[in-house]
Amino acid sequence: MTVIAKETLIGKRVPKLDAPPKVSGEARYLQDIELPGMLFGKILRTDRVHARILNIDVSAAKALPGVHAVITAADTPNVPLGIGRDNPPLKGDKVRCIRDEIAAVAAETEEIAEEALRLIKIEYEDLPAVFDPAESLKEGAPVIHDKHPDNIPFTFEYSHGDISEGEKESDVILEEKVKLHYVTHCCMGVSGIIANFDSEGNLVVYSQTQIPFMYKKDISPVIGVPPEKIHVIQPVIGGAFGSKLDIYPFEPICIFLARVSRRPVKMVFTREEELVASPTRQPVELTIRGGAKKDGTLTFREVHTVHDNGGYTSWGATTPFVIMQTVSSLYRVPHCLYKTTVVYTNNPYSGSFRGYGNLQATYAVETHMDKLAEALGIDPLEFRLRNAQEEGETTPQGMRFHTCGFRDCLTTAAEKSGFREKHPAYKSGQEGPVKRGVGIASLLHVGGGAKIYRTDGCGTMLKVDDFGKVTVMTGSTDIGQGSETVIAQFVAEELGLPIGSISVINNDSEITPWDVGVHASRTTFIAGKSAQLAARKARMKLLKVASEKFDLAPGQLDLRGGQVVRAEDGEALMDLGKLIRSLHFSTKNDIVMTSEYYEPPSMMQDKEFKGDVSATYAFGTQVVELEVDTETGVVRILRVTAAHDVGRVINQMGIEGQVEGGIVMGIGYATTENLVVENGKVMNPSFRDYKLITAPEVPEIDMTFIETMDKEGPAGAKGIGEAPAICISAAIANALYNATGVRFYELPLTPEKVLRRLREAGGNGA
Amino acid sequence: MSVLHSIRFTLNGKPVRASVPVHLSAIDMLRDVLHLTGTKLGCGEGECGACTVIVDGVSVNSCLMFAVDCDGREVITIEGLRTDEGLNPLQKAFVQQGAVQCGFCTPGMIMQGTALLNRRSGMTVEEIRRGIEGNLCRCTGYRKIVDTIASALHETSSEEIS
Ligand code: FES
Ligand code: FES
Repeated sequence: MTVIAKETLIGKRVPKLDAPPKVSGEARYLQDIELPGMLFGKILRTDRVHARILNIDVSAAKALPGVHAVITAADTPNVPLGIGRDNPPLKGDKVRCIRDEIAAVAAETEEIAEEALRLIKIEYEDLPAVFDPAESLKEGAPVIHDKHPDNIPFTFEYSHGDISEGEKESDVILEEKVKLHYVTHCCMGVSGIIANFDSEGNLVVYSQTQIPFMYKKDISPVIGVPPEKIHVIQPVIGGAFGSKLDIYPFEPICIFLARVSRRPVKMVFTREEELVASPTRQPVELTIRGGAKKDGTLTFREVHTVHDNGGYTSWGATTPFVIMQTVSSLYRVPHCLYKTTVVYTNNPYSGSFRGYGNLQATYAVETHMDKLAEALGIDPLEFRLRNAQEEGETTPQGMRFHTCGFRDCLTTAAEKSGFREKHPAYKSGQEGPVKRGVGIASLLHVGGGAKIYRTDGCGTMLKVDDFGKVTVMTGSTDIGQGSETVIAQFVAEELGLPIGSISVINNDSEITPWDVGVHASRTTFIAGKSAQLAARKARMKLLKVASEKFDLAPGQLDLRGGQVVRAEDGEALMDLGKLIRSLHFSTKNDIVMTSEYYEPPSMMQDKEFKGDVSATYAFGTQVVELEVDTETGVVRILRVTAAHDVGRVINQMGIEGQVEGGIVMGIGYATTENLVVENGKVMNPSFRDYKLITAPEVPEIDMTFIETMDKEGPAGAKGIGEAPAICISAAIANALYNATGVRFYELPLTPEKVLRRLREAGGNGA
Repeated sequence: MSVLHSIRFTLNGKPVRASVPVHLSAIDMLRDVLHLTGTKLGCGEGECGACTVIVDGVSVNSCLMFAVDCDGREVITIEGLRTDEGLNPLQKAFVQQGAVQCGFCTPGMIMQGTALLNRRSGMTVEEIRRGIEGNLCRCTGYRKIVDTIASALHETSSEEIS
C-alpha cells in the first residue's frame, strides 16, 4: 500500500509562482506589449502653475505626417475624474498645477508624437498662484476651483472624551509641530496604458490598475463608454504601492486617442514624466499636543493637521481616515481630538501610497511619545508598555482588537536589540563627533481590509480539471507583493496538492470575479480567505464523490499529494484526476467548479468616523540603532530590529520580502527621498536628484513575527503589506535624539538638514 | 529620416545583422527592432540599471549605449542566460531565494550579478552591495538580491575548487 503523509505549505519558504518568467525576461509588462497597428500617444503638459488658457492651436501638429489624432478638451466629453471628480482629463479653461494635461497626440512613432507636441501653440493668461496652504485659507487668496471659493474641499473631525478633562488630569503637557514632505512611488516600471476599440465600440484597456472592477465603473462616465463594454486586462505590473489606486488623466486621454484614431494606442511615461506627473505621498503639517500623568498614563491627545491638496483631489486627501486611527487608537488615549483641513493650492496633488497617511501620523505620535517619556523621566519602552493596547480591547473609535500582539512586539524588539541597556548608555553622553543612538517606535494598521465601501469583499472561482490541476480565478491583483503565491498556497493546502498544480488567473476582468482592489494590506486576508473557502467547497465535493466510491464517510477521507487517501492511515485510494474523470465519463454529468465571495465581518465607519472598519489589526515595533557624524550630519543606520504581529506567517520568504522592502522604503522616506517642489514646480525629476536607497545603504535587519493566530484570518493571517514602512522614520528620529539630544521635526533627515538642526539647536535641542 | 547604419554583432551567441539609425540606443534596438523585451527601461538616463546587458564581458547600461556601438561586439541579454535545461543557476537562485517581487529590476540585477560573478570569485558581501549600487529596486530592499548573488558566488567558487 502507498501511504501519503500529511504535509503543509503554510509558513514555508515558497518561491513565487511568477518569479520564473520574471527572471527569464519572458514576463510581459505593459511596456512589452505591442498590438498590430498600434500608435503611440503623448501628452502635452503645461509649464504653468495657474493660468487661464486663451487659445490652443493644434493645426501644425495635425498636419504633421504620421500623426493620426490630436485632441484637446474641445474634442472629448471631458467629464472630471478622480475621487473628488474635480479633475477634467484635458484642461480647456484653466490649468491649476504643473502636471496639467492640455492636448494629446497619437502618432506612428514616439518621435513623431513628440515632434507634434512641440508644434502645438498655447496662449495663457497667468493667474495669481498660491503654494502655501495657510495662504490659501486666507481671505482674498486665489481661488483654485470655482466650486470651492474657500479652497477647502474637505474637512475631517474626530473626537472622543473631553480634552479639557484630559488637560486637568495631566502632570505633563507637550506640544510639537512636525512637517512632512513630498515623496513619490518611483515604481521601477513607469505608468502606462494601451487602449483599443473594436468596430462594435467595445473597449479593451491594458492597464496597471490596482482596482480593475472599480476602474470600469469609475472611468465609464469619464469616457462615455458603459462599463459592460470595458474589458480590463492587467499585464505584469512593475510596482504600484498605491500609485494605481485612482484613475489619472492619462488613462481616459489614451482612450480618447484610440477612439479618434480607430487604432490601438499605447502611452508610456518617461521617468521624468513619472516623477512630475504621478501622485505623491501626502505632505502634511501636524500639530500634536498631549499629556500624561506622573505614573505614565496618557491623558489626552489633540492633533491638528493641514493637508496641501494640490490642484486636484485624489486619494491623498482622504489619508485623515488612517491618520486618525493612529492618533486615537495606537495607545489608550482617554480624550482625543483630531481635526484636518484639506486645502487646494497650485502644487502637485497626492494619491495613495503604502501606509496611507500612517507614516505621517506615526512620525508625529511616536516622536511625541518619546518626548513625553523623557519629560516624565520614564524609560520610553516602559512608557509605551503602560499605554499599549491589549487583546480584547475596543477603542473609543470602535476598533476591536480580537488579537493584539502589541506588547510582545514591544518587548521582543527591545530585547533583541538590547534597547534597555543601550538607550541609557548612549544617552549618558559619548566622546567624539560620531555618536550612536537607539530609537523605538510602533505602529497600528488595518490588517483585515478596510471597509470604505459597502463591501470589502473578494470573489474567487475555482476549477479542478480532469488531471487534478486547479485553476483559481481571483478578483485580486498581484502588484509584485506575492498574493498569487499565497492564494495558491491556501488552495494547495485545502486540496492536498503540490503548489505546482495550482495556477492563478488574476488579470482579466472578463474572467475573474469582483474584488474591491489591492489596497489596505487586504489581499492575503480577504482574497486569501476567499480562495481558501472556494477550495474548501471543492474539497467537500471531492470527498463526497469519493465517499460514495469507497463507502467511507467524507470525514474518513482526506486529500493528500494529489490522491484521495484514507484519513486514518494515509493509504492512497485514487488519483484525484481519475476521481474527477469519473464525474464526466459517467451518468453523473458533473464537473468540479466552485465559487466564493468572502465579505469580512467589518463595518463602515459612521459619520463620526467610528466603527470597526477592519476585520483585524496589525501591530509592530521597530528599533533602530544608528550612528550620526555630528560634524557632517551624515546618518548611518546600522541595525533595524523589527517585531510584527502578523497573525500567522503564510509564506516565510514572501513576508520577509515585504518587511525588508517596507523598511528600506521607510528609511528612504526618513533619510534620502525628497520630491522638491518650489513654486509649484518639481525641481528634481530624475533619479540623479531624487535619491532612492541603494544596496550599500541597507542596514542589518532582524525580524521576528509574532503569531497571534487571528481567528478570522485565513490560517490565522493578518495583512502585512504596508506595516513595515510605517514607524521606521519615528524610530530613526528617536534614535537621533538618543545620540545627540536634539529633536527633529522635519523630514527627510539628509546630512544638510541634520547638520543645520544640530547647529541651530546647539546644546538645547528638545 | 536619418541614415541607417548596417551593423553586425553577436547577440546571445548568435550572429545578427541590423540596420539602425545613428541616434538609436542599444536598448531601443534590442526591444523595438529585435523584439527582445526582457531588457527593461527604467529611466533612460543611466540612473537605474534596469537596462543592464553584458557587452564583451562587461556590464553596461544599454540605454546609454548607441546601437551602432554594438557593431563587432558580443552582447548578452537576459534572454541569453537560459540554458538547454531552462533557467541558469543564478536565475534559479533568484527564484528560490525570493529575490524577485514586481520583477522589473530583475533582468538588470541578474545581468549585473552575472557580470560580477564573471569578474571575480572571492567577493565580499560588501563588494557585492557596491557592485549593484547602480541597480535600483523599489520592492525588495535589496537584501535577498545581495544574499542570492553571494550564495551563487559561493557555489561557483566551490565548483572551481572541486
Ligand atoms: S534605463 Fe538604463 S539606467 Fe535606467
Ligand atoms: S522587484 Fe520590483 S523593483 Fe525590484
